[in-house]
Parts: sequence; C-alpha cells; structure tokens
Amino acid sequence: MSSRCRARLAALAALALLSACDREERQSRAQPVPETLPTPRQSILQPGVPARTAADPRARAYENNSYQMSQGQLLYQKMNCSGCHAHGGGGMGPALSDAEWRYGGSMEEIVATIDQGRPNGMPSWRGKLTEQQMWQLAAYVRSLSAQPRQDVLSSRPDAPSSTEPATLQSRQPVVPSSPAGVQGTSR
Amino acid sequence: MTGGGGLQGEQFNRLFTLFMGITGFFYVLVIVGMLAGIAIRGRAAGTERGERLARTALLGWIAAVVLGLTVLTVGSYASERRVSAAIPARPPLEVQITANQWWWDITYKNAVPANELRTANELHLPVGVPVKVTLKSNDVIHSFWIPSLAGKQDLIPGRVNDLLLLPTRTGQFRGQCAEFCGTQHAHMALDVTVEPVASFRRWQQAQLAPAAPPSTPLAQAGHDLVMSQQCASCHAIAGTPASARFGPDLTHLASRRSIAAGTLPMTRGHLYAWIADPQGVKPGNNMPYIGFDSAKLHAVVAYLQGLK
Ligand code: HEC
Ligand code: HEC
Ligand SMILES: [Cu+2]
Repeated sequence: MSSRCRARLAALAALALLSACDREERQSRAQPVPETLPTPRQSILQPGVPARTAADPRARAYENNSYQMSQGQLLYQKMNCSGCHAHGGGGMGPALSDAEWRYGGSMEEIVATIDQGRPNGMPSWRGKLTEQQMWQLAAYVRSLSAQPRQDVLSSRPDAPSSTEPATLQSRQPVVPSSPAGVQGTSR
Repeated sequence: MTGGGGLQGEQFNRLFTLFMGITGFFYVLVIVGMLAGIAIRGRAAGTERGERLARTALLGWIAAVVLGLTVLTVGSYASERRVSAAIPARPPLEVQITANQWWWDITYKNAVPANELRTANELHLPVGVPVKVTLKSNDVIHSFWIPSLAGKQDLIPGRVNDLLLLPTRTGQFRGQCAEFCGTQHAHMALDVTVEPVASFRRWQQAQLAPAAPPSTPLAQAGHDLVMSQQCASCHAIAGTPASARFGPDLTHLASRRSIAAGTLPMTRGHLYAWIADPQGVKPGNNMPYIGFDSAKLHAVVAYLQGLK
C-alpha cells in the first residue's frame, strides 16, 4: 500500500469516527412565544368526522428525542395521568398502551387530546401545561405502545411497575382513528 | 475536615487531630530510627552492644505501636459514646427531607397534621436540640451534606435513610447535594440557619400561617394568574387552591434567602429573572419556560414578593 493510499484511508477512518459524534441536543426551552394573546382554538371534532390535525414539524422533533420523552414520562406521573390511565393499561380512562385510539394516535392528535380534553372524562390541560410539555407527554404516550424509534425510548423506569421495559417490547402497527371509535362503539 | 458547628463535626475534628498527632509521631519516629540505624550500623554492626540495641529498639517499637493503636481505639470509642449519649433515642424534632432533581422538599413532622410545616430549600434548626433527619428521594440518588454539622448521607429512591444532627453553634451554613444527580447537581444547595430556640419557634409559627393574601390590585392580578395558569399544576401555596407538589412549596417564598436551591439570592430582580425564564437561569431544571408578557410578569412577581 502506498503511503498516499494509507493517508487517505486514515482520513476516511477519522471521518467515519466523527459521524459517531452526533450527540442528541437537549432542548430545555421551547421557542419564546410572541407577546400577544393566542387565538382561542376550537375542537374540530365532530361526530362522524375523523379527527384530523394538521401535521406539525414538532412531532418528529419531540418523538425522536430521548430527553423530551423522558420528561414526558416524568410529567405523566407527576400530573397524575397514571391516576386515570395507570401505566398505560387503563383504568378510569382508556388504555394507552394498546393499538386502539378513540381520537387518533399520531403525535398531533394526542397533543390535541391533551390540550382540548375529551368529552367522556379526559380533562383539558390547556393553560395547565405548556405546549412543550404536551408534546413531551405525547411522545411518552406513544412510547407506551412502542411507536417511536426504539433507540430513543426513555430508560427511566416506570416507578413501581413490573412491566417489561419499553425497550424490550416489539413495534406495533398504527391503527388509524375511526369515526366509530370516537363514539366509543368500536368492538 | 468539617467545620465545627455540630456535635458530630466537632467530634470528628477532635478524632482527626488525634489521628494526625499519632500518625505524625510515628512518621517522625520511623525517619529518625532509619537515620539512626544508618549512622550506628557502620560502627556497631556485629558487636554485642549492637545486638542489644537492636533488641531494645524492636521492643520499643512494638510497645509504641500497641500504645498508639490503643489510644486511637479508646479515642474513637469515647467520641462515639459522646455522640450517642447526647442524642436521645427519640429526638424532640423530626425533619423529613425529600430530594428532587434539583431541589429539597422539607417537612417538619408533627403529631398533629395541621402543625406539619412544609417548606423548600431551607432548613432552620434550634441550637442545642437534637434533630432526627429522615432522608428520601423522588428520582435518583442524591446525598445530603451540611459540612459544618455532620458527614454525608445518601438519599435513595424507594428507601428511607436517617441522620442525627446536634447543632452546637448558631449561624448560617450551607448544605449541598454531594452525589452527582444530573445537569443541575451543582445548583442544589440548602440554606441552613441554626438559631436560638425562641427565634426558631417564632420562625415555625410564621411558617405555619397560610399565605398572605395579595395586598395590592397588581398582586391580586398576579394571584389570579398563578392560580389559573400553569403554576398551580406544580406548586402549592397554603391557603389558596394551589396544592400541587411537583415543585417547591411557595407559601412563604419571599422569606427565604435564595431562589431555586441556592441558584440566585432572593431579590425582586432575581424573581423576575426566574419567572421570565427559569431555563436560562438553571438550564434543564423541571420548571418550564412559560413565556409571560411583561404585564403578567409584573403582576406575578408582585404577588410572589408578598408571600413573606
Ligand atoms: C380524570 C381522569 C383522567 C386524567 C387525569 C387523564 N385522563 Fe386521559 N382520558 C381520560 C378519559 C376518561 C379518557 C376517554 C375520553 C373519551 O373517550 O372521551 C381519556 C382519554 C385520553 C386520551 C385519548 C385516548 C384515545 O384512545 O384516543 C389520551 C391520549 C389521554 N387521555 C392522555 C392523557 C394524558 C397524557 C394525561 C395526563 C396529562 C391524562 N390523559 C390524564 C381520563 C383522564
Ligand atoms: C411543570 C411544573 C412547574 C410549573 C408549571 C411551574 N413551576 Fe415553578 N418550579 C418547578 C420546579 C420543579 C421548581 C424547582 C426548580 C429547581 O430549583 O430545580 C420550581 C421553582 C420555582 C420557584 C423557586 C422556588 C424556590 O423555593 O426556590 C418559584 C418562585 C416558582 N417556581 C414559581 C413559579 C411560578 C410563578 C409559576 C407559574 C408562572 C411556576 N413556578 C410554574 C415546577 C414548576
Ligand atoms: Cu446532586
């Protein structure tokens, strides 16, 4: 091997090593909000019409970030979501770790559910949580059914629970929300 | 070495001095013996006088080691006895300290639930009164350390540890988390005030009172914001609807010496800084950036400042 060739190989190896240096950004602060009152949002949910929420670029950003998901898990316990939904298995509120969604299981739809509340007993968290926190919660809620990428799942243990860690669960398909589900009549 | 503000600290210092004295003596002895050996060896080697000298030196050495170890053992036993004799089995004051990332939740236990006092990031202790401190953690392992009073003790999630304190001198001391617990570990301090029993009782009475009602229209507006906005999902203020326990109790916030576990001194300006952008002051902490406009900020700070 010529010395030029060796030098090139060394440079390539160094480049390959550099690519492993991509560290996750920890964003502790969402974008500042403008000093104006937000316009009131109205639920677009109507009987017979599937819940549709515009795609939001934040969805991917939050869902692919371990830190955000881990914060979501912290809030899930601290805000007592677990009081109604248990650790995903459901209680007074529906299970969140199954593949069924009454109001849709995308990041945007879950944020809308948390923000607006839902008629059969899900309180609205608007003004009680920041938007950033709702996105963090949505990312964690999706991890309960192993939707997000496996390598970003939170390693924080679910308090006193003996369920298998999310990192060991298998990926499940997303089931699109159905109008029938909205009325709670599916199956 | 710890400062001498508490019984354990003082005993520790005394033992440390004793230990230093004895080990220092042996250090010097070994060096002197070695030098003497080198000096004498050439002349006395092989003679009967030399052998007698070596035997005497060996016996002297053994005697010195036995004596030194005995003094150390008796010293540590005596100081252990002093500490346990001074602290009764059921100390009159019990404080429960729960560590959170990155602040301290403090509860003064009382048989009457209504007299249980809850505060955060500050510990007041009466001088000369033994205190039982119960230590818990809500998230990760932390360590409770007031260098002037006593040694460290870990706070472990799912376990209860305890520690006995007997402050012997009044003054302001600093406590600090002593086990790395995440990004803001360095900003997890505890303001400790050791004061005469009478002023401790006064402090306790003042802290047991519910929060002061807002006294100006601006503070009233701030009160309404705190109750209706995110704040009330995380903080408790006694005597108001806010009763969540995710963040520090704010009932008597303005009477404390610092904000956010020793991160900032308690001043009006720093309160503004904290509410306007907690993530700028203490990045990564669990209070979110909320984004108040200036009118709301003025109101909220006016209300918080009245929480004496
Ligand atoms: C007081 C009990 C209660 C609390 C607290 C609560 N929920 Fe709910 N939640 C419900 C109920 C009941 C429903 C079903 C609502 C319906 O069908 O209209 C629900 C529905 C939901 C849904 C929609 C599920 C679906 O199938 O589409 C999500 C997501 C959800 N909750 C997340 C949360 C999160 C996150 C929190 C914590 C911030 C939370 N919930 C706190 C009771 C609660
Ligand atoms: C999501 C929960 C949450 C919300 C919402 C929240 N805080 Fe906090 N707050 C915290 C936590 C956690 C801390 C402790 C931070 C630390 O020191 O690491 C804190 C600390 C503080 C402190 C310092 C307390 C002390 O003893 O040093 C003040 C003052 C405060 N918050 C006021 C507010 C106000 C006013 C609001 C509403 C605008 C608010 N907080 C909203 C969680 C929250
Ligand atoms: Cu720490």
